[in-house]
Amino acid sequence: MNINATLLAQTIMFALFVWFCMKFVWPPIVAALEQRKKQIADGLADAERAKHDLELAAKRSAEILREAKEKAGEIVTHGEKRASEIIEEAKVQAKLEGDRLITGAKAEIDQEVFRAREQLRTQVSAIALAGAGKILGREIDAKAHNDLLDKLVAEI
Amino acid sequence: MSSEAHTSAGYIKHHLQNLTYGQLPDGSWGIAHSAEEAKAMGFWALNLDTFIMSLLLGAVIMFLFRSVAKNITAGVPSGLQNFCEWSIEFIDSSVRGSFSAKNDMVAPLALTIFFWVFSMNLMDLLPIDYVPLLMSALGVPFFKIVPSTDPNATFGMAIGVFLLVLYYSVKMKGLGGFVGELTLQPFGKWGMPVNLLLEGVNLIAKPISLALRLFGNMYAGEMIFILIALMGGAWAGASLGGVTLYGSQILLSLGWAIFHILIVTLQAFIFMTLTVVYMDMAHQEHH
Repeated sequence: MNINATLLAQTIMFALFVWFCMKFVWPPIVAALEQRKKQIADGLADAERAKHDLELAAKRSAEILREAKEKAGEIVTHGEKRASEIIEEAKVQAKLEGDRLITGAKAEIDQEVFRAREQLRTQVSAIALAGAGKILGREIDAKAHNDLLDKLVAEI
Repeated sequence: MSSEAHTSAGYIKHHLQNLTYGQLPDGSWGIAHSAEEAKAMGFWALNLDTFIMSLLLGAVIMFLFRSVAKNITAGVPSGLQNFCEWSIEFIDSSVRGSFSAKNDMVAPLALTIFFWVFSMNLMDLLPIDYVPLLMSALGVPFFKIVPSTDPNATFGMAIGVFLLVLYYSVKMKGLGGFVGELTLQPFGKWGMPVNLLLEGVNLIAKPISLALRLFGNMYAGEMIFILIALMGGAWAGASLGGVTLYGSQILLSLGWAIFHILIVTLQAFIFMTLTVVYMDMAHQEHH
């Protein structure tokens, strides 16, 4: 248990170990610890942000859904309105068409009546002529008496 | 084993003797074979056991930490890396607690001191006779495996710490500031000699107390292990008293070893903490 040169050796050894630790041991481990600390902090921040984003997204999706519903309702009402409009329009159109058809038919009828009358008139004149011929007992020259006959027809 | 190991006093002496390499009385260099020879070697001798054990332990510790530091990952840590990270964080928080200035050297210094001293102290828990018996079988007369029971080791470290304290005192406060701190308080400039005496003692007390505390504790602990071992060795034949002594040696060794785990850790921690505190004082201006 004497104090001797071991003292110096131990001091030098101590200095070397401290130097080694300071140079090669401490910095990499502390750096890794710092890096991990940062990673964890970042991760937590990301999680927080994601949560916030999720909340926002949920809110937005609810809003969009609500808007879509509103719009769908609107479209339905609009469609219904439009449908009744179309029906009304069709009704009016049909009425008009009907009226037109009726008028056309009436005109045709009138024309037919007129034509029939004309025919009848000619036939009447022919009958009258034949009657008169019979009465007179001789053949009337239709050509010679056309003017007269026409006048007769027009009078009937 | 030398012949003196057969008496109680011889046994104790044998256990407390370092393996010293130096100049023998006949002028040649070699290992001292007795305490007197070791003493006669004077200052220029080396305690081989202290030197080898502390170098080995320090190297193992540094190798462990270095191997972790080389492959360290910021991802999920495993095994030894967990332990090293825990150690680093423990040391770092202790240093932050008592060291307020900024110096990148103090924390590694504290780490080195803690684990080196801890490992040296831990050797105390090995059965005290095994290594010396093994060594004497190999022809080595003495071998003390606990370097911290050698004042050379503790003073060596304390001197290292003391040099750092001096260096940083001068660096931080300037030579004038440091000298002023030693001479101008507590009594002002007219009490300069008294101040110097008081502050000088204060300054010198730091390394001495640092070294002697560790040495004293470990030496005393080792001494008690030796005495307990002597108790069991004192049994003569298969008498009732002999068996009782032998049994109580086992129980006492166990008890003291368990208690010693606390001392081993505590002394390493105290050495580290005081070093950090002294370094902090060196960095701080007196107010």
